[in-house]
Amino acid sequence: MKTWNRRTKVLLLTAVMAALLIALYALGALIPDDAVASSIQNAKQPPSWEHPFGTDALGRDLFLRTLKGMAVSMTIGLAASAISAVVAVLVGVCAATGSRRVDACVGWVIDQVMSVPHTVLVILISFALGRGLRGLLVGIAATHWCSLARLIRGEVMQLRSQQYVAVSRKLGRSSGWILVHHLLPHLVPQFFVGLILMFPHAILHEASVSFLGFGLPPEQPAIGIILSESMRYLSAGMWWPAVLPGLALVLIVLLVDKLGDHLRMILDPYSAQE
Amino acid sequence: MALEAQDVYFRYNKKQPWVLEGRSLKLERGERLALFAPSGRGKSTLAMLLAGYLAPTQGQILLDGEPLPSKGVCPVQLIYQHPEKAINPRWRLGRVLEESGSLQEDMLEAFGIERPWLQRFPRELSGGELQRFCVARALLSGAQYLICDEISTMLDVITQAQIWNVVLAEAEKRKLGLLAVTHNRHLAQRICTRMVEL
Repeated sequence: MKTWNRRTKVLLLTAVMAALLIALYALGALIPDDAVASSIQNAKQPPSWEHPFGTDALGRDLFLRTLKGMAVSMTIGLAASAISAVVAVLVGVCAATGSRRVDACVGWVIDQVMSVPHTVLVILISFALGRGLRGLLVGIAATHWCSLARLIRGEVMQLRSQQYVAVSRKLGRSSGWILVHHLLPHLVPQFFVGLILMFPHAILHEASVSFLGFGLPPEQPAIGIILSESMRYLSAGMWWPAVLPGLALVLIVLLVDKLGDHLRMILDPYSAQE
Repeated sequence: MALEAQDVYFRYNKKQPWVLEGRSLKLERGERLALFAPSGRGKSTLAMLLAGYLAPTQGQILLDGEPLPSKGVCPVQLIYQHPEKAINPRWRLGRVLEESGSLQEDMLEAFGIERPWLQRFPRELSGGELQRFCVARALLSGAQYLICDEISTMLDVITQAQIWNVVLAEAEKRKLGLLAVTHNRHLAQRICTRMVEL
């Protein structure tokens, strides 16, 4: 049997994870609305082969609702973390290459944003923007760029002091040219790993804010909404609407988190030759 | 036609002691000057000042009577001691050379740079091989003065000889002003026309 080295295994595992996530998303997005229509005679059924996650109080299949909700969560998560990561790169590069005053200003803003708990800030922003998809998206995107921005700032500072950057300047290259050709390519791994690791945070925040009623509207199938509805029936012995979608959410978050870790391993130059 | 340091003072910041105090130095075109001193006397600092990487706290660096240009290709090029730090680790070496000008076939040959190396990444070559790229890059920019800051200190003697043979030949051909910073008195005597102790 052919033995695979560690890098090949990690690569393979990462590909499988990515494929799984994409498949989950596609599945969720493809489910038609009438598949999760309510039917009173099917209400409150425990998990069975026909309904793997059981049905809720309105007789909607919870498995399909969870899948659909997951697709919504993933869309929000991906969009919000992509916006956040781009903002982080812009802010980080500005702070590192701009004047000392710009740097101090950016540092102060980051401190301010980070001093407020994320959830509170997301709720406030989402509420101010009239809840719904847009409020949630802006809320999550506006709160998650800080730590990545700090990381990028440090990275650019360190890169700027490299000898090859100094040499480049003496070879007549402009600051813009150096930024594009020397500095930004070094930030690509940070950008992607930061984005992927931000993704589970974004999903969890989306779910928690929706759960608290400040996010998505109740008719939208989202994990947070399902969990929030399930609370009402938990005392009546209906455990499945709380436990199973909750578990699904945890699994997705763990999956994405692991994917980010693996991606970091792959992109890290110190393990690139393994 | 000379590169000149006139009464140069330098310190890294106000709390630090002077690294250089009232130092003057003149390097003519076509001259090979050795700067010789033990560690910690400011050899590298003077090299950085002369190449415009640092600005003197007092005094001035003049090139043909004018201050060094702050923009554009600098006619004074510095070659560092550690080539692996002076080359972007993410660039293929062909791109490293192209950063300073278009490739010249005869130059590659003179430096013993083999064609396949241009496709490789810096970590796939040895220090001596990388140092050739650094020297070639400095010369491709059309430099008139070359400041060699211990460029062969970390190399074995055979590679040292190879590098210096190329540098000396190019210096002769282009009438370069060459400043060699070194610890090694024998090397200094061998390659230079004049010696300065710091």
